[in-house]
Amino acid sequence: MSENANKLIHTFGALAELGHEVTNKSNFQDTIRTSLHLLLGSLAIMRGGVARYSRFEHELNMLAVRGLGDEFPLSFSLCDEDERQFLTNGLYPIEISKAGVLPFFQVHDQTFDPAKLQLLLPLVIRDETVGVVFLGEKATGEPYTDYDKEIICAMGRHIGGAIAQRNMLSELERRSDENRKLYENLRTTYSDTVKAFAAAIDCKDKYTEGHSVRVGKYSEIIGAELGWGEDEVEGAAVAGYLHDVGKLTVERKIINAPYRINAKESAELNKHPAVGYEILLPIHHPYTDVPLAAKYHHERLDGRGYPDGLYDREIPYIAKIVNLADSFDAMTTDRPYKRRRPANEVFEDLQRNSGKQFAPEIVAALFRGLLKELNGESGEKRFRKLLGREYMETEGLAPMLKNSLNGMTPTSPLTMISLD
Amino acid sequence: MDLETQTSRVQRMEDKTAVVFADDYLNKLTGEKIERECRLRLNEGCTELVVNFSRTEIVNSIGVSILLGVIDSASNAGANVVFSDVNENTVELFEMLGVSKHALVNSKS
Ligand SMILES: [Fe+2]
Repeated sequence: MSENANKLIHTFGALAELGHEVTNKSNFQDTIRTSLHLLLGSLAIMRGGVARYSRFEHELNMLAVRGLGDEFPLSFSLCDEDERQFLTNGLYPIEISKAGVLPFFQVHDQTFDPAKLQLLLPLVIRDETVGVVFLGEKATGEPYTDYDKEIICAMGRHIGGAIAQRNMLSELERRSDENRKLYENLRTTYSDTVKAFAAAIDCKDKYTEGHSVRVGKYSEIIGAELGWGEDEVEGAAVAGYLHDVGKLTVERKIINAPYRINAKESAELNKHPAVGYEILLPIHHPYTDVPLAAKYHHERLDGRGYPDGLYDREIPYIAKIVNLADSFDAMTTDRPYKRRRPANEVFEDLQRNSGKQFAPEIVAALFRGLLKELNGESGEKRFRKLLGREYMETEGLAPMLKNSLNGMTPTSPLTMISLD
Repeated sequence: MDLETQTSRVQRMEDKTAVVFADDYLNKLTGEKIERECRLRLNEGCTELVVNFSRTEIVNSIGVSILLGVIDSASNAGANVVFSDVNENTVELFEMLGVSKHALVNSKS
């Protein structure tokens, strides 16, 4: 085989391998190091380096260096003129003797050993400079031929392509990171706003201080106990926090009445779910229909609730959860005209009303959450914080909850009737 | 045989000569280990570095680049480089690329 044919096989082997290297998904640094080896080895070039250009920082940073010596800078600052020159030149090697026109080259003239550096290749990809390849002398000691330069261009195009692709990926990552942070901020802001709103609602009603916040927390616990995902659980909490927002428009004296309110006052108070719905309509929670939760949190499975007297399956699920959380809090806190009821009585009541007012599986979820905390399985003290230690230490509470859970049918009688 | 045992397969000879086996991983990024090994020997004061190619079938561009690195380190340290047991094809390649100008190449006899 002739020497030329051998040379061709060797160089094209390198070119093929480089193409393979930059298209497989290996580590970027390794890709660049391997690419430099392939470029230097294909033409037996004694030394060289690959730098990546950051157009935001106007900086060339060396990614891989071989044999250029310890004094060789790892980073160069470029100016607009450098960039302009590179773009005009395009992806073609610049002889070091002609590199003096580049401002950055003048700055570093002293550090560049002319014996060690012979060519500069601006990596211009799609009209953008993404890097520069520095090349030293050939092992033969001969000058670079046009053929050599063509090979260098072809390989430079691969290396530049790999850098451009990497830049695009970094940009995408940066943007998605920014989006994630924005979203998290928004979420925090949203959740803070919701809590502030809940506090505002509770302020209006001095006898039921903290009611909305507690309903939010019970709804959250129930959602989690039903096996919902993080976002849905958050949605349940929001629905709980805001369920009584309509009360903001009800006269304070009705809400705070220290007696059983009359029919007229009652009609006024009963408007709060519909008013709440109107207020919350602009809230688009991605996982929960917060406005519907407010509108129907006083509906009952047996159709005896208000405002629309909906039956079981007509009631949005989230409204059923908030309804139970709301009732549970009403029973377990002191009211203007009523002391809170003992724990065993509350749980008996909830069980008895399963399938009438409450959805049995939602009652079961609440019981399960409470039982887990009593047994120390949940490792949390959420109920204890909400109900007080004394209430939680009611004698026989855990066995009672366990019994109730065993006795509760998973489907309500009403659901079964409607299925027939 | 793993890489570690292969690269450490260095025979110490009299007169500060070190022998390093090129093997096949010379042709991959892992071949940089050979360079490190050689630099270590040079730092220890070795004046002649012998790279043995008896177990190397073919040398590709990565291999050439790594060998040029070895040559450069040796020349900076003032040491000689010998490529021994090189097969015919590789001898041709080294001559064509000018590698032979920087190291004594002994072909497989
Ligand atoms: Fe309400």
